[in-house]
Amino acid sequence: MSLLEAVRMALGAIRAQKLKSFFSLIGVLIGVTFLVAVVSVIQGMNVYMEDKFANALVGHNTFKLRQRPDFVGGEVSEEVWREWLRRPRISYADADFVTARITRPVLVSKYCRDRMAITHGSRVAKDIELAGVEDTYFRIRDIELASGRAFTPQEVRSAQPVLVLGSLVAEKLFEGRDPVGKEVRVAGLPYRVIGVAKPRGTLFGLSMDKFALMPYTAPARRYICPINILDEVVYKAANTADLRVAMGEAEAAMRARRQLKPGQDNNFTIETSEAFLDFWGRISRVLFLALPLLVGISLVVGGIVIMNIMLMAVTERTREIGIRKALGARRRDVMAQFVVEAATLATFGAALGIGLGIGLAFLVKAATPLPAAVAPWSLVVAVGLGMIVGVAAGSYPAYRAARLDPIAALRAE
Amino acid sequence: MSDVVIRIEALAREYPLGGERVQALRGISLEIRRNEFVAIMGPSGSGKSTLMNLLGCLDTPTRGAYWLNGQEVSRLSDDALARVRNREIGFVFQTFNLLPRATALQNVELPLVYAGVPARERRARAVEALARVGLADRMHHRPNELSGGQRQRVAIARALVNRPSLLLADEPTGNLDSTTSDEIMRVFGELHAQGQTVVVVTHEASIAAHAARVVVLRDGRLETDRRAGQAAA
Repeated sequence: MSLLEAVRMALGAIRAQKLKSFFSLIGVLIGVTFLVAVVSVIQGMNVYMEDKFANALVGHNTFKLRQRPDFVGGEVSEEVWREWLRRPRISYADADFVTARITRPVLVSKYCRDRMAITHGSRVAKDIELAGVEDTYFRIRDIELASGRAFTPQEVRSAQPVLVLGSLVAEKLFEGRDPVGKEVRVAGLPYRVIGVAKPRGTLFGLSMDKFALMPYTAPARRYICPINILDEVVYKAANTADLRVAMGEAEAAMRARRQLKPGQDNNFTIETSEAFLDFWGRISRVLFLALPLLVGISLVVGGIVIMNIMLMAVTERTREIGIRKALGARRRDVMAQFVVEAATLATFGAALGIGLGIGLAFLVKAATPLPAAVAPWSLVVAVGLGMIVGVAAGSYPAYRAARLDPIAALRAE
Repeated sequence: MSDVVIRIEALAREYPLGGERVQALRGISLEIRRNEFVAIMGPSGSGKSTLMNLLGCLDTPTRGAYWLNGQEVSRLSDDALARVRNREIGFVFQTFNLLPRATALQNVELPLVYAGVPARERRARAVEALARVGLADRMHHRPNELSGGQRQRVAIARALVNRPSLLLADEPTGNLDSTTSDEIMRVFGELHAQGQTVVVVTHEASIAAHAARVVVLRDGRLETDRRAGQAAA
């Protein structure tokens, strides 16, 4: 008897008992649904992390020279933290020294920030991330303006008290009126608003529009950073190759300037978006580790259900087995029939699970900002697992069926 | 090929039953030739069902030997017996034993499935077998859409479809009224006339009367073996 024949028989048996068949494959269905949905969501998270999270916070092909890491995923020991705080800070002179030694074309901006209040008349916008930057920063971070303009190199050099507001800050202080040309105060110092940034949206529900940018040289700088001190120097290269070279040059220049001996650790940090992605990578690895366990449990349960249903089927269909044996079915024919039936059931379960899983993934996509991306490999794995579970669960009942004595089987009611 | 389809010698079958051994057959020897129409009779407990199972290769004897078409089949493995049943024997049962979910055509095709006959040929041969028993217009009906007589005809078509050397019927009219019984026995008569070797197990003398030879069992032994027109041996 051919496999095709066995599959045809299995489809007939399944069609004859649709409801029971459906219930028997629920376990596999749930397992596979879970597999496909979770993998899709994790894949979606990966895309989100790379596209949005890392690049929104750090930027493409961008690295930062800092005293200590800005972003720390996971635990940092007391000792490491102390070492970070003991490091010398990054000075204006450090920044210029390093920048002068980078041979690749890069955009550079000094950068300093703190949370400050900005006022306009009686209105106050508290807890605004005020950053002192250079004019290049707009291009480094792709900050587009909704109205007004960015500041110029001249304004940076001459330390003009000008300000570009994030859209949320503009809304808070001016409520729909155009802030451009208006005066606001930062730490009591008068500033002129010259531009408003386009809304940048949210990240995990947090607004990315509660910021304001001023020249790092502007008067309020002393409230953000000590004089001559920077939080970071931001470099953006045109492509990854340039980024790698520039990072290497920056590190070498910095080590030379700090007079570090070979073998001595850096007492500064060069940070890229990879640090964020590493952190996310660790989280998703944990999810991927938990996934097989959960899927495995549902598949084992699903397999046991199928095995029970098949044992029942063998009992119910004893007479059929007797007839088939009388007509010349060998043990392996009967065995094949029931194994294939179980495998077909489980594969059906897997197929339904794939559908449901994709549906669930799209539901997540619709309900949350996560773009669920269905991974083709998870579908292949799902179908494969379904078949394996079916064959494993069907083997024992099929063996029992195959060994039935034809005379006793024919006598069964 | 020899002219002898069935040859059994001192065939015995014992069953364990609650610590004892029941002697269902106590040594039977018999020869059935090609194109014979034999009825095996006997009261219940005479061993005729046991003999039928042995002749049908559904069971193997405790002692004795059985040659089917010259092949010794009493010591074969399960799978080898399955093959013999598939190629050499066509069964007709009292309760028809059709698969309820399959159509008449699918039921008749079943032995060919296990014989590994390709689908097209299978269908053609099943159609032909159904036509032979007069059911060409009922091919796509399921058993529950057919009368008892029609069901038994489907079973006969199924028994014939693999061109067996032996058609073995176990109380084929047990579940049928007398008119339908006559009809079915006439089908057996026609098949016999076309050259088919037929063995019918029955306890009804009126059914046995259709056969040319009647073998009577009693208490696991052969009591009489009488050909039509002969006096009891």
